[in-house]
Amino acid sequence: MNDNYTRTAISLHWLIALLIFAAFPLGIYMHDLPLSPYKLRLYSYHKWIGVTVFLLALFRIYWRATHLPPVLPDSMKNWEKFAAHSAHYVLYALIVIIPISGWLMSSAKGFQTVWFGVLPLPDLVDKNKELGDQLLQVHQALNLLLLGTLAAHVGGALKHHFIERDNILARMLPFLRRKS
Amino acid sequence: MKTILFLMLALAGFTAQAADYSVLQPQQSSIAFLSRQMGVPMEGHFARFNAAVSVDPAQPEKGTARIDIETASIDVGSQEAYDEVIGKSWFDTAKFPQASFVSSQVTRIAPGRYEVAGRMTIRDVTREIRAPFTLEQKGNQLMVAGVLPIKRLEYGIGSGMWGDTDTIADEVQIRFRLTFAAGK
Repeated sequence: MNDNYTRTAISLHWLIALLIFAAFPLGIYMHDLPLSPYKLRLYSYHKWIGVTVFLLALFRIYWRATHLPPVLPDSMKNWEKFAAHSAHYVLYALIVIIPISGWLMSSAKGFQTVWFGVLPLPDLVDKNKELGDQLLQVHQALNLLLLGTLAAHVGGALKHHFIERDNILARMLPFLRRKS
Repeated sequence: MKTILFLMLALAGFTAQAADYSVLQPQQSSIAFLSRQMGVPMEGHFARFNAAVSVDPAQPEKGTARIDIETASIDVGSQEAYDEVIGKSWFDTAKFPQASFVSSQVTRIAPGRYEVAGRMTIRDVTREIRAPFTLEQKGNQLMVAGVLPIKRLEYGIGSGMWGDTDTIADEVQIRFRLTFAAGK
């Protein structure tokens, strides 16, 4: 019965995934551009995506806390279950913390974050060059952790689908479900 | 009551008549500006400027002002942005080291509120502008403060690719607060 995630959970998962796949390379690309209106635009887009991920993540965590996800099958070893759950918790934490680190960095560097150019987020820290540089490093380190965890998360999902040929990935992509 | 008020006004008029506020107090003065970049408010200021002003609070209409701003003293918050705005597309500070304002007329629009007309020169563009301002006397100092909206592109500030006003707004608010002490 409870084989799939809820439609809401599935939508949130893929929407956030899509936004991360846009914001991550954008962040790397824009950082080394020479100063130009194009660069300033990309920075704004990156921040808008980040704020969007943050808000969706909060809703997603609320949804996760109020809707039990499907349980992992007993065909999985305990350490595998533990690894899968750990990756999920790390990812939940990162999709909240990474946008916050970017938001704080932006304030410390003297640029307020204004969502879609309309809704200003408060500056939680004052302008401070050293703090801004430190937060940049924190933002980058957290993103490396995100990259590593995502590699494990995606790798695990693909291993289940193509090697173990079970229905783990289908919980998030119901059209892939195999008839048993 | 009316008599007291009258006496106070007369007294203020009398003491003020003797005073011609003309000595700029740089520590208590600022020329800042506010712009918007992708909807994000951006502040900056000029650290060095000089104001040759003669203001008598009793007769502000007779006042004159000449303000010269050292363009290279601009502070826009970061070295990267500074290197950009002193360049040719913006202030071109090597070629235009000063921006200036020279008043031509002061008119009273309400008690304590005035408007100064004059010629503003930034880069090689001179335009007639009008800026409202207030006068406030505190002890032996006189504060002149106001907000003057300008359009940066009319002065060729941020040309070329920076002319994209969707990224950086055309309108810039200049906020000035000048403090003067009485001259001799």
